Amino acid sequence: MSIVQRMAPDTPLLQVDGLTKRYGARIGCADVSFDLWPGEVLGIVGESGSGKSTLLSCLAGHQPTDAGRIRFDGRDVLAMSETERRRLARTDWAYVHQNPRDGLRMGVSAGGNVGERLMAVGARNYGDIRGKALDWLGRVEIAADRIDDRPRAFSGGMQQRLQIARNLVTGPRLVFMDEPTGGLDVSVQARLLDLLRGLVRDLGLSVIIVTHDLAVVRLLADRLMVMKSGRVVEQGLTDQVLDDPQHAYTQLLVSSVLQV
Amino acid sequence: MYVAVKGGERAIDNAHSWLAEERRGDPAVPELSVAQIREQLALAINRVMAEGSLYDPDLAALAIKQARGDLIEAIFLIRAYRTTLPRLAAANPVDTGAMAVDRRVSATFKDLPGGQVLGPTFDYTHRLLDFALMAEGAAPVAATAPADGAPVPRVTGFLNRDGLIEPALPDDTPPPDLTREPLELPAGRPLRLQAITRGDEGFILSLAYSTQRGYGRTHAFVGELRIGAVAVECEIPELGFAVEIGEITVTECETVNQFKGSKTEPPQFTRGYGLVFGQTERKAIAMALVDRALRWQELGEDYVGAPAQDEEFVLSHCDNIQATGFLEHIKLPHYVDFQAELELVRKLRREAQTLQEAAE
Amino acid sequence: MTDQAYNFAYLDEQTKRMIRRALLKALAVPGYQVPFASREMPMPYGWGTGGVQVTAACLTPEDVLKVIDQGADDTTNAVSIRKFFQRTAGVAVTEATGEATIIQTRHRIPEQPLKAGQILVYQVPIPEPLRFLEPRETETRKMHELEEYGLMHVKLYEDIARHGQIATSYAYPVKVEGRYVMDPSPIPKFDNPKLSVNPAIQLFGAGREQRIYALPPFCNVVSLDFDDHPFRATKAAHDCDLCGAKDSYLDEVITDDAGGRMYVCSDTDFCAGRQAAGHAGRLAAGGKA
Repeated sequence: MSIVQRMAPDTPLLQVDGLTKRYGARIGCADVSFDLWPGEVLGIVGESGSGKSTLLSCLAGHQPTDAGRIRFDGRDVLAMSETERRRLARTDWAYVHQNPRDGLRMGVSAGGNVGERLMAVGARNYGDIRGKALDWLGRVEIAADRIDDRPRAFSGGMQQRLQIARNLVTGPRLVFMDEPTGGLDVSVQARLLDLLRGLVRDLGLSVIIVTHDLAVVRLLADRLMVMKSGRVVEQGLTDQVLDDPQHAYTQLLVSSVLQV
Repeated sequence: MYVAVKGGERAIDNAHSWLAEERRGDPAVPELSVAQIREQLALAINRVMAEGSLYDPDLAALAIKQARGDLIEAIFLIRAYRTTLPRLAAANPVDTGAMAVDRRVSATFKDLPGGQVLGPTFDYTHRLLDFALMAEGAAPVAATAPADGAPVPRVTGFLNRDGLIEPALPDDTPPPDLTREPLELPAGRPLRLQAITRGDEGFILSLAYSTQRGYGRTHAFVGELRIGAVAVECEIPELGFAVEIGEITVTECETVNQFKGSKTEPPQFTRGYGLVFGQTERKAIAMALVDRALRWQELGEDYVGAPAQDEEFVLSHCDNIQATGFLEHIKLPHYVDFQAELELVRKLRREAQTLQEAAE
Repeated sequence: MTDQAYNFAYLDEQTKRMIRRALLKALAVPGYQVPFASREMPMPYGWGTGGVQVTAACLTPEDVLKVIDQGADDTTNAVSIRKFFQRTAGVAVTEATGEATIIQTRHRIPEQPLKAGQILVYQVPIPEPLRFLEPRETETRKMHELEEYGLMHVKLYEDIARHGQIATSYAYPVKVEGRYVMDPSPIPKFDNPKLSVNPAIQLFGAGREQRIYALPPFCNVVSLDFDDHPFRATKAAHDCDLCGAKDSYLDEVITDDAGGRMYVCSDTDFCAGRQAAGHAGRLAAGGKA
C-alpha cells in the first residue's frame, strides 16, 4: 500500500460486524462492530473478564467465532480456509503476546527469532536475513552483539522488544497487541511505550491494542472502545472518551485511574 | 594388506546356535514343556496374549519358552505370527455381563447382587517367599462349591438406572481397527482403547499411577473388577444368526470417576473402561484410569498438560514392540552417519582453531 | 528353498495390495508421507520393517534383489534381510548394483548410477523432517499441508550463526518438486545429489511410524540451503585405500591403537568392482604402497 493510499484510504482495513463468541451459556463477547482504518490505532479497554482478550483472539483467528463477520482488506476472514488464514497471520498480520515467551522461540537466537518470518515467506539469503535482523534489533534498541544470544538470557523488557521486532520485520499491515506492557516494571513500560509510539508512527501501522491500562491507550490509541461484560459500552476518539466519558462504567474506569 | 570385515552371515549363524544352547541351559536339568509353562506361568501367558493381541495360550507358552522368559520378546514373536494369520470374521462384542466370573469385586458397594467374589488373587497374601515351593510339594487342594449360575449384573448398571452415571449408549458403528489401518490422530476412543489394551503393562501402569498422583487426576473408584470366561460369538452370514465359536477369559474394569455437572446440568459420575485378555487385573485397572484421563475433552475438562491426558503422547509410545525395536536399533551399524558427523566435527574444530590462532 | 509355510515374500496378498496402493499414492504426490497400516514383521521395528514391507509388496519371482546396510552387502542386518527374502520369496540375490532390479538400502545410495527400471527401497527410522523441531504429528501434518517450512530454515540459520556453516551431515532435508520438505532417511549428505533426477524409482518405508513416501523417476529434489551458504556434498578428504577411488563415500577404519587409520569405500560392491578392474589404493595388495 502506498503512502498516498494510507493518507487517504477509501475503505477501512478491517471491518467487524456483529462479532459474538459464547462459552456455553456465558458470553465471551457479543455483537461487537467497528471499522479500523489504515494507520489507525484502536485501543480496547475494560477490566479483566470484560471480553477484550476474547475479542482480540477471535479477531486474530485464534479461536472460532459463533456469529458475525470480519473483513480484512475486503476479504471475509471467517470464510477463509485455515491455509489462507495462517498465510495472512505470517504476512499481513502480526500478534504481540502479553507474555513474550508465548510469542518467541525461547530456544532460538534473537537473530533467528527475527529472521523466522522472513524465511517463512521465502527469504533464502543468510546475509540479507542477518542484515535485516540486525537492523531490527537496532530499531528496538537491542545491541547488535546480542544477535546470537537466546531470549532466555534477556530481561523481560528486552524479550518484549524482541517479540515486537520479530513481528514487525515483514512489514505487517495489521498488528494485534495483547497487553504488550503488562508484567513490566513502570520504567521499562515507559521506554517500551515510547518505542512503540515511534514505530507505529514511522511505519504507519494499523494496530488493535488490548489493555487495562488507560495510560497506554492515552499515549498510543487514536480511538478507544470500552468493554464491559462482553459488550462495547462506549467508543470514540481517545481524548474524547477519556476526558468526557459518557457511560457510567467508563466514568468509573477513568476516575479509578485518576485516583491512583 | 587390510581385508575388510567379512563373514556377517557366519557370525549370525553361530550367534543363533549359541543362543539356542543358552536357551536350553544345563541339559542335566529336565527341559520345560510348553504345557508346563502354559499351566504354571499362567499370568505370563496372559500378559503375552494381551499385549500380543492373540488369544492362544499354547502359542504364548511356546513364545515364552523360545524367548527364554523375556516377555517383550515373546510378545514380539506372537505379534509377528499374528500378522500372517488370515482374518476370517469379526466376532460380536463379548457380553461381559454374562461372564462366568472367577473373581468379581466392587470397591464402591459393600454388598451387591452377585456378591463379592475374591477368586484366585494375590490380594491379602503375605508376600513371604514360600520355601515349600522349592521342595516341589504337591499343591494343596482348594475348597470348591457348585456354581450358583445366578446372574452377576454390572455395578455401573445400578448407577445408570438412577441416572447417577453418564450413560454408555450402544453404538453400532463398526470400530476402526488399529491392526488394519494406520493410526491417525486424533484417534477417538475406540482406537485409544485398542491401543491401550495391547499397550505395555509397565507404561500404562505408570501413566495410571501418574494420574493418581495429580498429573491429570480423575478421582477413580473401582466400580467393578471382574475376571472370568465369556463366550465369543460370530455372525455366520449363511445361517443368519450368531454361533458360539469358543470361550476366552478376560478381565474387565469399570471405574466410577469424579462427577461433572453445571448449574443447568445435574452432576453425574463418569466412566473409565478397561478390558484385557486373560487374568490381567493390574493392566485392566490401569487401562480404565488412562482411558478416563484421555476423555478430558469429551467431558469438558481442562487440559492440565499431564502426560496421561495427551492422546498423541500415550498412543505414540504405549506399544512396547515399537518401542523396543526402535530403542534397540541404535546398536545397528551407523558407520555412515557417524562418519559424516566425524568429518563435520573435525572441520568445525579446524575452523575454530584457525580463528583462535588468527585472534592470538 | 522357499518356506512354504508363508505366502510369497511373507505378506499376504491383501496386505501387499494395501501397501501397493500407498506406494502409488506416494509416487503420485512426490515427497508426501502416505499413512499405511504397517504390519508387525518378524524383525524388530527400527530394523527395516518399513523397507521390508515395501520390498515385499514390490517383489515378483523374477526379481533380483540386493540388500545393503551402510553401503555394504555383508553387514549383519543386510545379511539378515537378504536371507529373509531368500527364505520367504526364493528370489535371486546379487551384490552387483547393476544386476539388481530391487535394492533395499539403509543409509546409503550406491555409487554406481542407477538406471531406469530399478527400484531403490530406503529404510526410514523417522520419516518426519520436522519432527525434532515440532514433536506433534498433528502439528507437523498441518505444517506440510500449509507449506509452513520457515522453521526448517530457522534451524539452518541457527547452524550458520553458531558454527559458520550448516551443521547437518546426514538425513539432510530436501524439498521435492518445489512442494514437500522430505527426510531422505539417514543417508550422508554426500548422497543427496543422487536423489534428484534419478532414473530409478525411489521408495521410502517407515514401518514403526506407518509412513510411505516416494520419488518418481527424474523427479527434482533440492537440498535446503541459503543462496550465500549453498549446500555442499562432502566426504572425508581421502582416496579409498583399497581401490583408490577419489569420489566415493568412505568408511574410516581404525587399524591400531596408535592413531593408525585407513579409509575404504563404504559401497563394498563398488570397491570390489574397481579392484577387480585393476585399480589399487594405498594399502591394496600390489598397490603403490
